[in-house]
Amino acid sequence: MITLQTALNLTDPIIPKELVAFATRQSIILEFAPTFISIIMAGKVGSFITSSIGSMRVTEQIDALEVMGINSLNYLVFPKVIALLTYPFLIAIAMFLGILGGLIAGVYGGFVSLDEFIRGLQEDFIPFHLVYAFVKTYVFAFILATVPAWHGYYMKGGALEVGKASTKSFVWTSVLIIFANYIITQLLLS
Amino acid sequence: MIAVDNLKMQFGSEEILKGISTIFEQGKTNLIIGQSGSGKSVLLKCLIGLLKPVAGSISYHNKPTNQMNLQQQRILREEIGMLFQGGALFDSMTIEENIMFPLRMFSQQSTSNMISRVNEVLNRVNLDGVNNKFPAEISGGMQKRVSIARAIVNNPKYLFCDEPNSGLDPKTATVIDNLIQRITHENDITTIVVTHDMNSVMEIGERINFLKNGILVWKGTQEDIFKTNNQDVTDFVYSSNLFRKIRDVQNQNI
Repeated sequence: MITLQTALNLTDPIIPKELVAFATRQSIILEFAPTFISIIMAGKVGSFITSSIGSMRVTEQIDALEVMGINSLNYLVFPKVIALLTYPFLIAIAMFLGILGGLIAGVYGGFVSLDEFIRGLQEDFIPFHLVYAFVKTYVFAFILATVPAWHGYYMKGGALEVGKASTKSFVWTSVLIIFANYIITQLLLS
Repeated sequence: MIAVDNLKMQFGSEEILKGISTIFEQGKTNLIIGQSGSGKSVLLKCLIGLLKPVAGSISYHNKPTNQMNLQQQRILREEIGMLFQGGALFDSMTIEENIMFPLRMFSQQSTSNMISRVNEVLNRVNLDGVNNKFPAEISGGMQKRVSIARAIVNNPKYLFCDEPNSGLDPKTATVIDNLIQRITHENDITTIVVTHDMNSVMEIGERINFLKNGILVWKGTQEDIFKTNNQDVTDFVYSSNLFRKIRDVQNQNI
């Protein structure tokens, strides 16, 4: 979409076509892959975490853990935090596929040649942008594991409240991701 | 034996338990009965440590829980088995994994030993061959029996049951009741059952504690409950049409 939008809006012949690839690369690495994928994951993974832990609360499975002397919060949440340490791999794949998609759309759509696209991808590349993207990916991963787990673990009520908690957790996870994105961008890029 | 002394519990300003004092005897099925909202489940949660009472003490074999150090509390946890109202089986685990879970947490046994212990307790609750099924694949009555198997797999000294018959048909409910009583007698454990089912009172009520509005208003045995003049207890017992008719028939015979 970014490739197509950039290409379609490039009407001035003075502006080089390489800009299409440059814009694709920058927007995917800086925002689309880490932030947008994280918001999608807040809906998918976050809701799952909230509803699964919430269901355990409703059906007394968490009480069963506590009666056995197990620290239920640690038992249920810690593995999720550890599992989400692998989250940057997913974001790396998203970056690769996003840029590959841009290449296919741009080249096969006839907007830019393959050479121009490759040149644009390599132009003014700042490696620190990748560091920035993966730093915020780790922060988002932590938010994705903990905020939905908190909403599930401390929910009260029955099955209806599990659904409400899932919705609430998605909203709060998304808000926190966007807020964290702002803070990290200010700290690392400004 | 579990002794409760002047136990008080409140949520906010609402007093739920108003100074409960009683003794739950070893080798007996001790029932806590009363209407919904009388504080039965809160008392049970205080006993198993899920809720912290605001006042009073709970002693397991004369050792007050509030004077136990972390190591003693951990040992006590291992001695407690709990049957939850809905079974509380872990959905993501098979029946075998569910029952093996306390063994994995508390013992250093080999997997083969743990599996043979799981089979032993499954046999005891008459559920052979369900090892690899998931909780969703078996009936409610079977889930209750699996939950009992999980509760007794570590040979607990104390067994707590929160409304074990809720949602079960009368025949299955009787099976569960008899199973709880048999385990209590065979293992000589202290069993506490929270219920409002009069059939359970008839089946397994060796020692009965009647709660009303957070107050222990009556204590006695199965025989005593039909002879008492306590109005709260008689109102509760004879709220059932069946028991009213039995009383009427008995009165006519006299």
